[in-house]
Amino acid sequence: MANIMYWEAIQRAHDEEMARDPMVICMGEDIGVAGGTYKATKGLYEKYGPLRVMDTPISEGGFTGLGIGASFLGVRPIIEIMSVNFAWLAMDQMFNSAAKVRYMSGGQLTAPCVFRSAGGAAHQLGAQHSARMEKVFMGIAGLRVVTASNPKQAYGLLKSAIRCDDPVFINEHELMYNMKGEVPDGEYFHPLEGSDIARAGTDVTLLGYNISVHWCLKAAEILDKQYGISAEVVDLYSLSPLDRAGIKKSVSKTHRAVIAEEDEAPVGVGSEVIAIINEECFFELDAAPVRVHSALVPQPYNHTLEKAAIPDHEDVVKAVLKLFGKA
Amino acid sequence: MKIDDKKRVLREMVLHRRFEERCYQAYIERKIGGFLHLYPGQEACCNGVMEAARPGHDYVITGYRDHVHAIKCGADPKEVMAELYGKETGSSKGRGGSMHIFDAAHHFMGGYALVGGPFPLAAGIAKAIQLKGGDEIAICFLGDAANNQGVFHETLNMAALWKLPVLFVCENNLYGIGTSIERSTAVVHQHKRVAAYNIPADECDGQDIDIVYEHARKAVDHVRSGNGPFFLELMTYRYRGHSMSDARSYRSREEEEVWKQRDPILMLRDRLITAGALTMAEFEALEKETDAYIENEVIKFAEESPEPRVEELEKYVFADRETQLPWLTGKAA
Ligand SMILES: Cc1ncc(C[n+]2csc(CCOP(=O)(O)OP(=O)(O)O)c2C)c(N)n1
Ligand SMILES: [Mg+2]
Repeated sequence: MANIMYWEAIQRAHDEEMARDPMVICMGEDIGVAGGTYKATKGLYEKYGPLRVMDTPISEGGFTGLGIGASFLGVRPIIEIMSVNFAWLAMDQMFNSAAKVRYMSGGQLTAPCVFRSAGGAAHQLGAQHSARMEKVFMGIAGLRVVTASNPKQAYGLLKSAIRCDDPVFINEHELMYNMKGEVPDGEYFHPLEGSDIARAGTDVTLLGYNISVHWCLKAAEILDKQYGISAEVVDLYSLSPLDRAGIKKSVSKTHRAVIAEEDEAPVGVGSEVIAIINEECFFELDAAPVRVHSALVPQPYNHTLEKAAIPDHEDVVKAVLKLFGKA
Repeated sequence: MKIDDKKRVLREMVLHRRFEERCYQAYIERKIGGFLHLYPGQEACCNGVMEAARPGHDYVITGYRDHVHAIKCGADPKEVMAELYGKETGSSKGRGGSMHIFDAAHHFMGGYALVGGPFPLAAGIAKAIQLKGGDEIAICFLGDAANNQGVFHETLNMAALWKLPVLFVCENNLYGIGTSIERSTAVVHQHKRVAAYNIPADECDGQDIDIVYEHARKAVDHVRSGNGPFFLELMTYRYRGHSMSDARSYRSREEEEVWKQRDPILMLRDRLITAGALTMAEFEALEKETDAYIENEVIKFAEESPEPRVEELEKYVFADRETQLPWLTGKAA
């Protein structure tokens, strides 16, 4: 096991897959000579050259479509969209071309692409650079959506995504690239479907993904130490498809659920998870499930307003205490 | 430009330079957060074009490198700095930040963070001017790398098709973040790219304000006379990194030095001194005065201004509800 950073884990997955298969290429803005905004492609340009590590123009719609087109012929592009806020410009190609081509060609064509993009509220990046957009991607048939909460997942999910014949969108978080964690020394493929139990518990299920897993873990610790509540934390690393069986299993055991997301509530991950809970285990519930989420505002620049808009572990604790009638 | 105008512009450009350098300082001191894109090196572009246009009257729109454009249009430097400090008195009430300076009263229609986003907005503003029959023009300042967005071409086509009064100013500083233009763009000289749309275009030195002014005058006249869009490319250079975390490893210090030899402010200064309209002592005093103004008024205002109130987190998401009730409830009289 190596203790490495999240960005290093992503870089390693790129490197191993590119070394193995000459059809694996990567492309994006400033990913080559500059090594990537978050260093996720560091050193690859020097190793694999400009034909396979492509610094693209600022043409998100264009280069995303180009990567998808290449994938029709068996190239496996890893397409980095510098920030998920810019992905809006690429969505037409992702959704209308990559996600649908297999279906509308009756299985003749397929688009085995990986799209990686950093989202989330970092520090005061303002309204046009702070979006969380998981909910947009997870509503598209034909597109898989995964998101890692730690370096091991980041490495293993990317490895699997590159090998998978479906297009996969990988959602990353700007604040997590320097997070450290254990990654197996040998090759490791994380399943693209399912969920992980990040912490076992009996009284309440806390569901999170990506950064909110960490709020849940921190909240679970506080709940245990200060309130004697045993929380189970479910890591929903696959947002599409969501792990119905995993959600059902945990909530049927604890009978209570809190879903935490950094995004705004409407049409969000939380709404979808609650729908699944209703469908799968309504009669197991001791209380109505609760969502923890952002305020419905474009992200403010001002530091205090930004903090007020975004939830954290304390909001998770509060939600749980409310569920237990302790607040 | 008349000598008096040149002296005034020199004063403004010194303010623009010192304002930006002070922002750099404030960022290091963590008074300013988020992304911060500074303008030093490119001052002759905005100033030369806007001297040929009518600041506060013509509509201006740009990207994230927007402080100087806002101030040139008439925004109060105090309010721009307060915005960078995230204060309620800021030009966008602390909600926008560096990349989103707005001053609608002075027809500064904003800074936008997505590369290429302002192109069609500028054409739309020009459409509105056309409909309303005013004599304003729309001016869109963007970088070289923005021209690689598809919307650049879509906008040029529509602007030409509908003869919209819009001037596109391309500040070609040879880089888009860390990628040099040769590595991102098949055609380095951007004005060549608009020929396909039958839009007249011109290119000139963007460091010499007299040259920029002369070329901009023709461009502005063309647009204001109802001939449709014009594209003006200015060859320039940004001295600092793209944003704050940029070690500039993609270019050499020698290259930077070559450009600094043709500094827009120093060239104008020397020209005025040669013409006998300015002394070195006066220039030095001007710099001191400017710094004092920035410190004693601009920074002081930003420092002392109040933060937005958390209770008003959701203000400005929608129009004031009371004013919209007839439509929100369907009970229009
Ligand atoms: C749609 C979109 N893609 C990528 C970015 C990231 N980005 C911000 S500025 C920039 C470079 C733009 O260069 P240019 O247009 O030449 O303007 P300059 O910064 O040189 O003034 C990039 C790639 C963005 N903000 N928006
Ligand atoms: Mg540029």
